[in-house]
Amino acid sequence: MSSKAAATLLGILAIALYSGLGMAAADPYQLNFTEPASAIASQIYDQHIMLLWICLAIFIGVFGVMLYSLLNHRKSLGYKAANFHHSTTVEIIWTVIPFIILIAMAYPATKTVIAMKDTSNPDITIKVTGYQWQWGYDYLVGEGAGISFISRSTTTLDQRNNKAPKDEFYMLRADKPLVVPIGKRVRVLVTANDVIHAWWVPAFGVKQDAIPGFIRDAWFQADKVGTFVGQCTELCGKDHGFMPIVVEVMEPAQYTQWVAEQKAQSAAAVVDVNKVFTLDELKAAGEKVYAGNCAACHQANGQGIPGTFVALDGSKVATGPKAEHINIVVNGGKAGSAMAAFKHLSDVEIAAVVTYERNAWSNMTGDVVQPSEINAFRK
Amino acid sequence: MAAVHDDHAHGHGHGHEHGHDDHAHGPPKGMMRWLTTTNHKDIGTMYLWFSFSMFIVGGLMAFGIRAELFQPGMQLMTPEFFNSLTTNHGLIMVFGAIMPAFVGFANWQVPMMIGAPDMAFARMNNWSFWLLPPAALLLVAAFFVPGGAGAGGWTFYPPLSVQMGMGMDMMIFAVHILGASSIMGSINIITTILNMRAPGMTLMKMPLFVWTWLITAYLLVLVMPVLAGTVTMLLTDRHFGTNFFNAAGGGDPIMFQHIFWFFGHPEVYIMILPAFGIVSEILPTFSRKPLFGYSSMVYATASIAILSCVVWAHHMFTVGMPVTAQLFFMYATMLIAVPTGVKVFNWTATMWQGSMSFETPMLFAIGFIFLFTIGGFSGVVCAVVPVDIQVQETYYVIAHFHYVLVSGSLFALFGGVYYWLPKWTGHMYDESLGKLHFWMSMVFFNVTFFVQHFLGLAGMPRRVPDYALQFADFNMISSIGAFGFGLSQLIFLAAVVKCIRGGKKAEAKPWEGATTLEWDLPSPAPYHSWVTPPVVK
Ligand code: HEM
Ligand SMILES: [Cu+2]
Repeated sequence: MSSKAAATLLGILAIALYSGLGMAAADPYQLNFTEPASAIASQIYDQHIMLLWICLAIFIGVFGVMLYSLLNHRKSLGYKAANFHHSTTVEIIWTVIPFIILIAMAYPATKTVIAMKDTSNPDITIKVTGYQWQWGYDYLVGEGAGISFISRSTTTLDQRNNKAPKDEFYMLRADKPLVVPIGKRVRVLVTANDVIHAWWVPAFGVKQDAIPGFIRDAWFQADKVGTFVGQCTELCGKDHGFMPIVVEVMEPAQYTQWVAEQKAQSAAAVVDVNKVFTLDELKAAGEKVYAGNCAACHQANGQGIPGTFVALDGSKVATGPKAEHINIVVNGGKAGSAMAAFKHLSDVEIAAVVTYERNAWSNMTGDVVQPSEINAFRK
Repeated sequence: MAAVHDDHAHGHGHGHEHGHDDHAHGPPKGMMRWLTTTNHKDIGTMYLWFSFSMFIVGGLMAFGIRAELFQPGMQLMTPEFFNSLTTNHGLIMVFGAIMPAFVGFANWQVPMMIGAPDMAFARMNNWSFWLLPPAALLLVAAFFVPGGAGAGGWTFYPPLSVQMGMGMDMMIFAVHILGASSIMGSINIITTILNMRAPGMTLMKMPLFVWTWLITAYLLVLVMPVLAGTVTMLLTDRHFGTNFFNAAGGGDPIMFQHIFWFFGHPEVYIMILPAFGIVSEILPTFSRKPLFGYSSMVYATASIAILSCVVWAHHMFTVGMPVTAQLFFMYATMLIAVPTGVKVFNWTATMWQGSMSFETPMLFAIGFIFLFTIGGFSGVVCAVVPVDIQVQETYYVIAHFHYVLVSGSLFALFGGVYYWLPKWTGHMYDESLGKLHFWMSMVFFNVTFFVQHFLGLAGMPRRVPDYALQFADFNMISSIGAFGFGLSQLIFLAAVVKCIRGGKKAEAKPWEGATTLEWDLPSPAPYHSWVTPPVVK
């Protein structure tokens, strides 16, 4: 290695590593973690900095020696090789010292791990469910209990496909963010409906895999108000990249107000399952449900993706007996199929989307499926 | 190096050996030579060319990935195809490029370095190689079946992998075949090393490359069946109604991850230990000074191998393990840094007060130490659980393992190729091409992967076909680096082909500081070498 080049490279690497630490979020040259917004995230931030300093010190030690050697112990300079080939003392020293350094690293980390795992005494408990490819939030205990909604990316297909402009929130905003109050311990119970996802909010230092059939918990306590963003971090299929986690942290009073609004809205939205709708009403409502839940795979035009996702336009299920169609939407396809169960949707939503699928594109069955049928089917 | 051998007794046998080969045991001509060969050198050559072709295939996939990530937005492909590319890039590089390359080195070098005439099971050796092309064919053909190639990541995590089409089954079968091939290859290597060493070559006199391969082969025999088992369970979950990994049927998707990583972590050491071996051969040669701490190198290698079997869950710090498990796997993983550090220190001490010259193999070896150490640092960062919670499944991890696998394993392989090419071909390679290859690789590698640390820290997940605008600049830099790195590998091809075709005639021992047995053989090494074993003092 030519010595000058090696020295320059070393310098550049070191500067690149250390010059930009602590820059603000959403900076295109952000070199470090997102600015923490919880005590745990701050601990992580600090420990990472500590690790970097230790690594830098070792780096300079080891490569300083090596660089000296590379520059001086060269055959071209006429340097004659020594002939030593071991030294028990030196070898013991450089086994023991790293060991001690590691203990120094592990000590603060251990404390943080124990704190991260302690999910006791939450103020608010929220169930988080990963779906292909959106998040569901159910407030279970604490202020806001009973609120429940789905949170979807607001990034459009046109934006993705470069047919519409992208803004700074491209891929990072959801129609309905998770809302929590500042300074409260929030416990999240994380699970999934179909495949494994992972729920991550960097600013809070929380990342938990969402595992279908199992519930795992984690907690965070935000100490800043504002909007905080993360992304799904477990490969979950084609739209893995497009299911942001957006959390809005509010002052307690504002949060109370938000809870009241949500309660009022859901009260207004409750419909009698026995209400009878017309074909057109259901079809119109169903188109929206379809766009939000089904179009990602089966496509807006009902053609699916050949070989991967079946077409619904002209499909046997969508034009055959109603019962089978309802069954597959509610319970999903047979084991291992990419068709997830949609039982988390309401009776009205399922009735609407089934009606839509049976009457959209070339599917002209004329069938109307009422919410009451779904309700009966579920029992 | 502890292995000292007798130049005088064998320095004169070469001419005789050579003539003997050409007449009685020369290779048959044409295609049949390669199909039926049981010669370790032929098989080694086939392994190396196979590995290089897979390197190109996997590299083209990486080209596709980095081209799509060149700018935000979807430009070139669907997200499904993108996922197929990342999945198969990983699988092909690990199982098709890196692992077979090391087996190729073992085939060529182990017999020559321990003074054995061939591998212990010569016919099985042929069979272990010829299993590879069908497996590669399955992997590549999967792209053309309905539903495309598997797109659930090289780690096969269910339930996602259960959702895939028949491309996934082809992937599973390919892994079965590759696993069988690896197991046979390892048994062969173990038997050869344990039984066929030249008189006088005790275990503690073996070249370090041989030692690292011996330990690696044991790891392979231990963990490949585990991988085969778990993908078989996946297969029966997919097709035969079992529910090993399906919670609805009483199974557990996380169990797959535990079994997979029980294989997967030792696997990463399978890909680095022989690289340690190669570097430990090159450094003393070009420092003209014996390897520092030979026996501590052997013990460090063995302890890394043993420890590597109890750290697997560091790939799973976010699945929600109990606190004791998080802590155990954190401590165990950090512990691996100790023997790894010992190696780096020993290499540095080997160079210290040597009389160094900087031919291409040496450049790659130094590049290896420098960049592998950076990968080791990021490994320790990943081992610290709270920090790993933030970086798991982000580009930080991608940066980490490319520093240890590309600038680690791959650089060592390149160094090894330049080091032994004179022995293999009988010609010296073109030193300026080699140096150009090194410097281009070095620069573009860092351009590609260093910025990925920043992307990961700032929050860019891995395995995504698209990203927020914040990440645009670094992604573009990384893509440019990747294209440069890929193209630089054409220089390597040119250097190798040129060396095979001709070039300055190589002496038996073209490197003045070399001490191991293969340098006592003429260059190119005769088709049958060490028919009468040398005696090692
Ligand atoms: C000091 C030594 C090392 C330590 C402490 C270490 C630690 C780790 C940790 C904790 C992870 C998991 C990160 C995560 O997923 O969040 C990881 C990932 C990985 N490491 Fe290392 N590592 C070391 C060396 C190596 C070496 C030598 C190799 C291979 C040659 C390697 C290859 C990998 C690979 C391939 C992954 C990612 C696998 C995947 O998720 O696809 N590491 N390492
Ligand atoms: Cu590992």
